Amino acid sequence: MSEFQVEAEVEKVRDQAQRGWLSPINKRRWESFKANRRGYWSLWIFLILFVLSLFAEFIANDKPVLASYKGEILVPALVDYPEEKFGGFLAVTDYRDPFIQEEINANGWMIWPPIRYSYRTVNSEIPEAAPAKPSWLYDEETRCQRYSGGVEDPRCTMGNWNWLGTDDQARDVLARVIYGFRISVLFGLILTAASAVIGVTAGAVQGYFGGWTDLLFQRFIEIWSSIPVLYLILIIAAVLPPGFFILLGIMLLFSWVAFVGVVRAEFLRARNFEYVSAARALGVPNRTIMFRHLLPNAMVATLTFLPFILNGSITTLTSLDFLGFGLPPGSPSLGELLRQGQRNLNAPWLGITGFLSLSIMLSLLIFIGEAVRDAFDPRKTFK
Amino acid sequence: MSGAVSETPLLSIRDLSVAFTQGPQETLAVDRVSFDIAKGETVALVGESGSGKSVTALSVLKLLPYPAASHPTGQIIYGGKDLLSASDDELRKARGNEISMIFQEPMTSLNPLHTIEKQIGEVLKLHRGMGENAARARTLELMNQVGIRDPEKRLSSYPHQLSGGQRQRVMIAMALANEPNLLIADEPTTALDVTVQAQILELLARLRKENGMSMLFITHDLGIVRKVADRVCVMTGGRIVESGRTKEIFENPQHAYTRHLLAAEPKGEPPALDTSAETVIKGDDVKVWFPVKKGFLRRTVDHVKGVDGVDITVRAGQTLGVVGESGSGKTTLGLALSRMISSKGEIRYRGENIDTRSFREMRPLRREMQIVFQDPYGSLSPRMSVAEIIQEGLKIHEPGLSATERDRVVVDVLQEVGLKPETRFRYPHEFSGGQRQRIAIARAMVLKPRFVMLDEPTSALDMSVQAQVVDLLRDLQKRHNLAYLFISHDLKVVKALANEVIVMRAGKVVEAGPAEQIFNHPKTDYTRALMAAAFDIEAVPGGVVAD
Repeated sequence: MSEFQVEAEVEKVRDQAQRGWLSPINKRRWESFKANRRGYWSLWIFLILFVLSLFAEFIANDKPVLASYKGEILVPALVDYPEEKFGGFLAVTDYRDPFIQEEINANGWMIWPPIRYSYRTVNSEIPEAAPAKPSWLYDEETRCQRYSGGVEDPRCTMGNWNWLGTDDQARDVLARVIYGFRISVLFGLILTAASAVIGVTAGAVQGYFGGWTDLLFQRFIEIWSSIPVLYLILIIAAVLPPGFFILLGIMLLFSWVAFVGVVRAEFLRARNFEYVSAARALGVPNRTIMFRHLLPNAMVATLTFLPFILNGSITTLTSLDFLGFGLPPGSPSLGELLRQGQRNLNAPWLGITGFLSLSIMLSLLIFIGEAVRDAFDPRKTFK
Repeated sequence: MSGAVSETPLLSIRDLSVAFTQGPQETLAVDRVSFDIAKGETVALVGESGSGKSVTALSVLKLLPYPAASHPTGQIIYGGKDLLSASDDELRKARGNEISMIFQEPMTSLNPLHTIEKQIGEVLKLHRGMGENAARARTLELMNQVGIRDPEKRLSSYPHQLSGGQRQRVMIAMALANEPNLLIADEPTTALDVTVQAQILELLARLRKENGMSMLFITHDLGIVRKVADRVCVMTGGRIVESGRTKEIFENPQHAYTRHLLAAEPKGEPPALDTSAETVIKGDDVKVWFPVKKGFLRRTVDHVKGVDGVDITVRAGQTLGVVGESGSGKTTLGLALSRMISSKGEIRYRGENIDTRSFREMRPLRREMQIVFQDPYGSLSPRMSVAEIIQEGLKIHEPGLSATERDRVVVDVLQEVGLKPETRFRYPHEFSGGQRQRIAIARAMVLKPRFVMLDEPTSALDMSVQAQVVDLLRDLQKRHNLAYLFISHDLKVVKALANEVIVMRAGKVVEAGPAEQIFNHPKTDYTRALMAAAFDIEAVPGGVVAD
């Protein structure tokens, strides 16, 4: 190894130490993102909520997280054990059944999640006809009147509270909100990511090649985006059973168009940059030029759009659920919660919960989006 | 050209400092600068880019991006008042009325959506409260004054319909509309052709005499300073290192930096002309016509003739200089020869016909035909490190090399262009313009080309850096026997590099031959006009060159 190579290695190490894992420009962006306090806090709150909701099975479930039965450690939250195991006869164990609970407690122990309801668990012990009020609005006696042992019954604990009441099918609202939040965010994220990939590719091709490619694609997109999406979903829903991925697929068919405009404009602008001409003069193939030299330019515009598209996707799913054309019946969804709120005006906790969880989620995302936009604004100065 | 220097100066800058805050960092761009401008006097601020001369000028009218910019110390006294502490209202009265400004880039300083009449008239209506008719009359008068032909026809033109020189004339007309006492000209001719530059300078000198105004002239070009200024302030690193009467500074510079600036002109001789050297590229009747399409069916009705039948030969170890005003087709010719754009006419590379090859078929030849672009700020991708930039071509043309071998090659080429090898992990924004151009040259040289097209490689650089880049190019040529196609409007640089020259105008060759013959005995009026403008900054009477 020659002398200057050694020197260069030293320099490399020093450089990396100075830089950290962020390039200076990204460091500056992170700084200006943090400078927007509202967005920064929103990001943290959202991340905590989202990560928690990813582990929804361990927070709100009608199965214990962990159980020990006759010396065997069981994970009912993850594995379906047939009821035979505990002396029952059903294919799937109902751990909320007092018989099973007694059986397990007699031969071991079990740990319940903080909320003992899943999104589809029907609470048959609610003190009045569904929808029932939040448990903390009842006194202890009323709350536990349906349990066989009354106030003394071991099942009359905080874990069996309906913190936000139940809906008109006696399902726990809080559990449904947790699962509904997760499915909404995941739907939004997957849809946004997939539309970004398709939209950016389409925009890149149009912008880079221009001319006839651009012209034909643009006309196609104009026709394509003038198809009324809602009616199409109604028609398809009549033929195919609506599910998560079918809805995702149908909406993806139309949502990628949103990205094409910005990316195409960025590519049209940047394809005449001198460093792109320089790469062409070196003989770099088109695909590499697009990916390595042009895409980073378009990324800024795309990233700025991303949170707003994400919000749009979530809202669309919610409105479909609200209309009853969304996820299959029984799925936890915020739109369905809103519909229940609208139908049961005598149970204001439904509407209020639906409204608050949706508006908080969308506001957090918009605040994050604003901060991202600030971060990518090169003219933004901050103190 | 000395104006009557009265007792109290028109504008007096005392201890002016300018600081920029970005994040936690504060950088001092101007450091306690003081100078006076007397009534009727022209003061030039000279310095290289980054010396703080434009920032100084912009602070006179408080046009800096406050609050990111601030003035830790200093006063700017105009008419007995300190402009730095003046209210916004007072400043607005001074701006464009008593003190006005011309900017460097005539392309972007006019609003593309308004007609010329509206833009000039706006200043008159705003500050003078003129009515429609009065404003129009004054506008016509101003346009006559700044030498725009047929002003009545031009009133309803939009900026894109005018040439660069005409646009700069419109800018000057706007600046003069209210007969200011002080005109600040921030590199008003840098973006213009040499011939147009000479005309604009002449115009400014004439207007100054007629209106008796003072001028603060900012430039990096000492040739211009010598021509227009009464007094000079030399700036570097945010300080004025020397100031005095123009004549004294030029004849007897005191400060080392001033001497360095004065000595910075590109020097040296091009390689001797050798017509027996191997022909690397030969173009025969090269034509690049851009179609003009009209009507519903977009039929081609006419052509804009970018390059119109040019014969050209570039030989190994020799430099062919292509000169001409902007729009004369120099760059288009270069791009056509290196097959970056389509053209008609035969192009032979080392005897092989390449004008019918597709972009893909050209790829193997790309390593032997390289291009160095004009703007070192635009031609390097800001998101790639120097090593990645230089390696990009290697990865395509020598895919067999291992990572360490490639690194080795990059280190070698960086040393060859005079950069330290350890700089290869840095990003372009950490380098100065001259260093960036060295990186761009390294990117071309790493592929060991035979033919290099140099498209104004020095015109975005400071004078002293230009000389270094010219030396580097000549050195590389000698070592690798390279064929250069050197495109430039800067005849001083061409003289130092080219041994053969073709002069282009409107896509056609006006004059061609050995450099010596063209520089010493130009045959056509057009070439003579170019020479006069480039070497003596003198305008020729109308008609010979564009305006």
